[in-house]
Amino acid sequence: MSDVKATSATDDSGAPEAHPDTVLPPPVSGAEFLTPGPGEVAKGILAETSEGGQELYRRSETDPAELRREVGAVLRLPEGVAIDPSNIDIEQSDDETMIINMGPQHPSTHGVLRLMLELDGETVLRTKPVVGYLHTGMEKTAEELTYVQGSTNVTRMDYLSPLHNELVLSLAVEALLGIEMPPRSDWIRMLMVELNRVSSHLMWLATNGMDLGATSMMIYGFREREMILAFFEKTTGLRMNHNFIRPGGTAADLPDGWEDDVTIICDTVMDRTGEYDELFTGQPLFRQRSEGVGTLSAEEALALSLTGPLLRSTGVPWDLRRSMPYLRYDEVEFDVIVGTYGDNFDRYSIRLNEVRESIRIIRQIVEKMPAGDYRVQDKKVTPPPRVRIDESMEALIHHFKVFTEGFKVPEGEVYVATESPRGELGCYLVADGSSKAYRMHIRGPSFVNLQGLPLMMRGGLLADAVAVCSTIDPVMGEVDR
Amino acid sequence: MSAAGSEVSTGREASAEGLAANDAGGGSSRGPGRPQQEVVFPTREQYVEVVRGYRSDGFEMCVDVCGVDYLTHPGRRLPDGVEPERFEVVVNLLSLSKAERVRIRVQVPEGDAEVDSLFDVYPGVEAMEREAYDLFGMVFVGHPDMTRILMPEDWEGHPLRKDYGVGRVPVQFKGAPGPR
Repeated sequence: MSDVKATSATDDSGAPEAHPDTVLPPPVSGAEFLTPGPGEVAKGILAETSEGGQELYRRSETDPAELRREVGAVLRLPEGVAIDPSNIDIEQSDDETMIINMGPQHPSTHGVLRLMLELDGETVLRTKPVVGYLHTGMEKTAEELTYVQGSTNVTRMDYLSPLHNELVLSLAVEALLGIEMPPRSDWIRMLMVELNRVSSHLMWLATNGMDLGATSMMIYGFREREMILAFFEKTTGLRMNHNFIRPGGTAADLPDGWEDDVTIICDTVMDRTGEYDELFTGQPLFRQRSEGVGTLSAEEALALSLTGPLLRSTGVPWDLRRSMPYLRYDEVEFDVIVGTYGDNFDRYSIRLNEVRESIRIIRQIVEKMPAGDYRVQDKKVTPPPRVRIDESMEALIHHFKVFTEGFKVPEGEVYVATESPRGELGCYLVADGSSKAYRMHIRGPSFVNLQGLPLMMRGGLLADAVAVCSTIDPVMGEVDR
Repeated sequence: MSAAGSEVSTGREASAEGLAANDAGGGSSRGPGRPQQEVVFPTREQYVEVVRGYRSDGFEMCVDVCGVDYLTHPGRRLPDGVEPERFEVVVNLLSLSKAERVRIRVQVPEGDAEVDSLFDVYPGVEAMEREAYDLFGMVFVGHPDMTRILMPEDWEGHPLRKDYGVGRVPVQFKGAPGPR
């Protein structure tokens, strides 16, 4: 691929025959029709941009068994569970269908997601998501960073809920260290991640509204999210990518007067969820566009490992905060919102109501916030307070050691899971006894949830494809990592 | 199925004896209230049957499949009778009805990095097995679409292997000829 790239960069004509030395990758079968016209130039461009086997093939070139699984796309349920095989027209001619490419540069794919759609008129027959355009090797990077630096790395994965990423890594490291966390640090973490859940869901409401043509929702969602980001900035110093939740606690205590700020946020957002309700829930246009669109059944969601609002929309009451509580979620009251039909409307209602439930949790946190340390007083993990550095040589050395060498984590493996706004966010951490992770794997909920896309799109209209994709709420930073 | 059942139980005993201290539990920062996570070490031959056993035992969902390359950390603690190999496939299963997790770790030798795919048991592993293949180069036999997922199709090497040359790709803006 590099050879081709170098060639075409220096050669204006771009014709590959002009360079007999150039070794072109074998032509990608089934993709000719993607190019605007015949000719070697187009083929050269195609060879450069093709993802080969990762792409969706023409019907005539797909194995019937594969097609049976692939209709409705990469859905690979055991045959007969979800799709009636007689419902699949293997004999359908390629003349009636076409494969179009949506993305990776598309305003409605929420990042660099590429969808290949097989269409019959306006009906979507098969879909294949092609991912990896934002892959930056963060799991590899994590092996080069100390545990202290680790949260700076993971916070950039799911950039709409950075605090959840930091939380899952910190919980994993603390589980391996076997340290007992002070209660206040748990409650601060809960406050921050719940606020983050609200901001993430607001962002989703905004963009989903945009995808359906409700541009005012775009503005409203961003407006409310801004309040929360302003509070984050006040607390952590940054609007996004906070690096606030760290192994051993949080980076700082909450600022003075945080109760008032949080109460104002709660009151305002709670009020405005009523406005969103009016804007969407009762609107015939919105309901027609979302009811019965992109349906999933509970069996399909479980088989495809879908979690979060996608799973709950099918009627499975599974929320890790409730079912396998971490932090202090067993000490607050909240409801798990569950849908019935597994369609776009259910997923919308779940997210809107989860905003309300999160606010309910936040209000309880404000009441129950205990006094005490915001980080564990374990000299091995925690740097000394800033004032001590000025007066004590030992504190300075200690500070220096923690931030240069980091701390050592005993050998072992652990898998920790939390409920992020998108589903189960897991971290599998392997430690070899040094101060750097031997292997850190993040189980990204959007990465797995994207597997549901082909099934949800199947038989739907092209116009709904954008909306269906949006209700999965994929964040490509986390899909590709 | 009875033979498979006995294999399941042996795997469980091995984990319960050998790894109680090694595993740090479910990951709560507070110890109580979280059961210790069960870890099972089947051989490659037993692997799919063991997973199938758990599937019929109420573990409805396979939440995670990932690889680990133990090239530079060979002396890890394993229960007796488990021969360490370079690669490991780690599968996390979840039972929604019992609110339990189980972790399955399979040793995969370097020379013949092949494991049976779990696709027939859990179709949701499709993307995750592709990711493990892409980043570690282990082949999941029986997977319907064993292609790269995160890296470009024509990429050479598997980046998360420990002997993968980090920095061998020159940075673009330093006048480098190209990605490889």
